[in-house]
Amino acid sequence: MQAKTSFIKALSAVIWKDLMTELRSKELISGMLVFSLLVIFIFNFSLEMDARTRNSVTAGVIWVTLIFAGTIGLNRSMAVEKDRGCLDGLLLAPVDRTAIYFGKSIANLIFMLIVAAIILPVYSLLYNNNVISLGLILVILLGSEGYVAVGTLLSSMAVQARTRDILLPILLFPVIIPILIAAVKASNGFLNGVPFNELMTWIYLLIAYDVIFTSVAFMVFDAIVEE
Amino acid sequence: MSAIIEVHNLIKRYGHKPVLKKLDFSANQGEFVALLGPNGAGKTTFLRILSTLAKPNFGSVTISGFQLPNQSAHIRQRLGVVSHQPLLYGDLSAEENLKFFSRLYGLHPAKDRIAEILKLIGLEKRKFDLVRTYSRGMQQRLAIGRAILHDPEVLLLDEPHTGLDQDASNILDGILNQVAMRGRTVVMTSHDLGRVANLASRFDVLTRGFIQASINIKDLPKHGLLEYYQDVLANSDEKVKAHAS
Repeated sequence: MQAKTSFIKALSAVIWKDLMTELRSKELISGMLVFSLLVIFIFNFSLEMDARTRNSVTAGVIWVTLIFAGTIGLNRSMAVEKDRGCLDGLLLAPVDRTAIYFGKSIANLIFMLIVAAIILPVYSLLYNNNVISLGLILVILLGSEGYVAVGTLLSSMAVQARTRDILLPILLFPVIIPILIAAVKASNGFLNGVPFNELMTWIYLLIAYDVIFTSVAFMVFDAIVEE
Repeated sequence: MSAIIEVHNLIKRYGHKPVLKKLDFSANQGEFVALLGPNGAGKTTFLRILSTLAKPNFGSVTISGFQLPNQSAHIRQRLGVVSHQPLLYGDLSAEENLKFFSRLYGLHPAKDRIAEILKLIGLEKRKFDLVRTYSRGMQQRLAIGRAILHDPEVLLLDEPHTGLDQDASNILDGILNQVAMRGRTVVMTSHDLGRVANLASRFDVLTRGFIQASINIKDLPKHGLLEYYQDVLANSDEKVKAHAS
């Protein structure tokens, strides 16, 4: 009989499994990507913008796109587990259940960052406005981490319900308002050349949000997935 | 013989609806218990509690000396579970699925064990194919392979023959016989009396929330399991009254 599986082994196994299944099916990333590109196109055609207006709405458009696409990814990621009973398979394993949560979160974060890495250049081309900068990348990293931390937790709750597709955004969007405000403000600042030290308040808020929600998820995930 | 599963006074409610009512159950090491009963009797709920997936409202559950819910990780290490659903990833191959679960169960090195399991369930030649291309029977065989990968002391099966044709069911029975011959304790729910009569060493009838009757294969009356089962269900009302009092 083996000893209880270590946290890191279980975590890496869940990440490996999520990446392998996505590599085969390409359902999650392709869905997120097509949706993101459509949103960017729709914004481009629906908002007739001069150069000044474009600069002021860029951060908002990028974050709305990322968050809506992220919701599709979070729903799909948990639905795959639920539909074939795989979530039970994971919960039956003799592992710390938070390793399952962190494994799923990290995989979701990777998918979200892949989508971000594709839509940023597309946005730059389409809007003729180079948005790629180190500052924005930092904000996307921190914002996505917070979003995925709370999103993975809530999607594991919503997946139990028949109306999971509707339930997740209803639960998730009110909770992520602070992160959305901080991410949009910080992104806007970086895109408009505001010095880094003037944006520290928003960066600290993002870090605090990441720490708080990751800790909350660590404490409550086991109770949420239990029947 | 020592009891490997011991359940006392188990109560489980969903909302206000009681599903299990002061259920007592025990299984010894090496026993193959068939859990029979009509739909809605509480068989699946009972197996979900044993498998640590659901929490009881009241009562004690001990498996291999470990108590639920406080020592559930130790219990999960000693359990293999086959449910209605295969609990497998369709976009991974059979080998990859087993590799993934071997990592979750801390098996190292797992290569030999995976090869042994694939041989036992007869999927060696299809081990690189994606599970979603498998028939229901092949998926169920792989589900059993996943459940016994870590050589558990107790195997819980919830209607494993559902949706299988005759050939697939026969193959499944062969695998279950091999598991039972290794001295593992098996608890299986089923509606197929003919099939369980050839597999199990003990038959428990769970209906209306508790075990109403239990009989060893050697004590089965001449007329067989079907009539015994029907007799138990026919006298169910009296037993419910006696149990309630």
